[in-house]
Amino acid sequence: MDPLIAALILFVLALIIGFEVITKVPPILHTPLVVASHAMAAIMVVSAIEASGTGKTLLAQILGFSALLIGTVNVVGGYLIADRMLSMFRGDKKKK
Amino acid sequence: MDFINGIRNIANNYQAVFYLLTVLFFIFGLKLLTSPKTARKGNIVSAFGMLIAIIITLMSHGILSYKFIIIGLLLGSVAGAISAYALDLRAIPQYVAILNGFGGAVSALVGVSAFLQKELPENVTPLHFYSAISVDTFIGTLTFWGSMMAFAKLQGLITERPVVIPGKNIINILILLICIISGALLVNDPYNIYYLIAILVGASLLAISLTIAVGGADMPVIIALFISYAGLSAGALGFIFLTHGLIMVGSLVGASGMILTRIMAKAMNRDFYGILLGNITPPEMSKIQSGEEIYAGRVKSTTPEEAVMILEAAKKVAIVPGYGLAVAQAQGPVRDLMVELEKDGKEVYFGIHPVAGRMPGHMNVLLAEVDVPYDRLKTLEESNELLPDTDVAIVVGANDVVNPTARYAKESPIYGMPILDVDKCRSVIVIKRSLSPGFSGVPNPLFANDNTVMLFNDAKPALTELVKEYKELKT
Repeated sequence: MDPLIAALILFVLALIIGFEVITKVPPILHTPLVVASHAMAAIMVVSAIEASGTGKTLLAQILGFSALLIGTVNVVGGYLIADRMLSMFRGDKKKK
Repeated sequence: MDFINGIRNIANNYQAVFYLLTVLFFIFGLKLLTSPKTARKGNIVSAFGMLIAIIITLMSHGILSYKFIIIGLLLGSVAGAISAYALDLRAIPQYVAILNGFGGAVSALVGVSAFLQKELPENVTPLHFYSAISVDTFIGTLTFWGSMMAFAKLQGLITERPVVIPGKNIINILILLICIISGALLVNDPYNIYYLIAILVGASLLAISLTIAVGGADMPVIIALFISYAGLSAGALGFIFLTHGLIMVGSLVGASGMILTRIMAKAMNRDFYGILLGNITPPEMSKIQSGEEIYAGRVKSTTPEEAVMILEAAKKVAIVPGYGLAVAQAQGPVRDLMVELEKDGKEVYFGIHPVAGRMPGHMNVLLAEVDVPYDRLKTLEESNELLPDTDVAIVVGANDVVNPTARYAKESPIYGMPILDVDKCRSVIVIKRSLSPGFSGVPNPLFANDNTVMLFNDAKPALTELVKEYKELKT
């Protein structure tokens, strides 16, 4: 199969899974969902790692490095703030 | 050394399999995020998936130097951790706007770097490679500048009012056309960097022209919309190198953004497809009854002493918070009021409209932060089932979301917007500084209803006094 077609199929399938799973997230958790989504989207750091590690020209390396730096902020900041928010959602009886 | 090389070989040969594992962790994490009980676990599962992807990539054979990678990872982690703990949760929308912008920037930066390197992965044709770069840099740049504009608006750095550029639709379409043509030319002649620059500049201008037209009240929609753009830009990046993990995650995040945009658009009475195409300006204000006509002689003002009497007689109390509550930093006092009323055996719940905060779910986080248990936080639909047999509704810092004209007044700009039907409660206490209208500019007949009383004061002192009076009444 043409690799591009295979990639498009993956894209569409993941879109369907995304719709299925995410429509079930209750409104009270929408903010943590948003933040966690950003952390996940920052999986782009893998491309940034490759770009900054394999860069042959200085400019390409600098671009890759900047991408890696801010991508890491998204990963770490995103997951930590989602965790911070989710730790606040408590049930009834558990008082501190 | 053999051992390390062995692991490295496995990591390289099965990279796609490990990325698939990451995606499975993400999906499972999102699944756990569907209940507040398991959500925290879900986030950790998802973070673990991320760790797998990063470690596998670090072992990639192609990497020549680790120096910058390690510096980047360390600095980024420190900055991310500090910002996550220092953040005031009221500023979450601004933080999200920045995450969004960063996501777009990563995508565009890597795209430009790929353009400069011109190292096509195997199986990838130049047509595919450079088309993906054009799309990726376009969406990435659009997301970056759009998010920065949203940040500036939310932070109050530029006016929150919608700025309408004359002929904006034509200008936007022209810019879009220029970007598409530049993309086509780029594919044709990948050694001419000016085509890439044209895309970058065009996307930046388009982002600014789109977001500057959006008013502060519509920001929740924009935030949600840009989430899906950030996802799509991650997906586009995946298409450049055919990294399947990126394509799937981009798709997941894109879906999440689209769902949230649809929810927000519905809650704010905006056309979802119109928003996707950048038409975010609110409907025209038409002839509506003026405030004086509605309020004249019918508005009853009350005192904290009287208000607690009403509360004392109630069995079931709804609290309807709006963003005004958070602006006034009154989450603590409102929780205290809930605690006092519950101590007295009353049933208390919070009726939360999707646009109660400045982004989807914002108000829930702000209330959870002050220890309101999550089972007290009711959605719009749940609340509207409960409200008809609720004795008292306390409206604090909210206005448009409880305006009954949305149900019947066809000429009103908020007509058709789903609202919390507090007017169906036995009585309503509105805590508000004055009769001034909400974001929509429409007067609210709820304030003039027979069963409504107004407690004119700022949210924080008003609630603090209510709590104090209630305690005195009980001793």
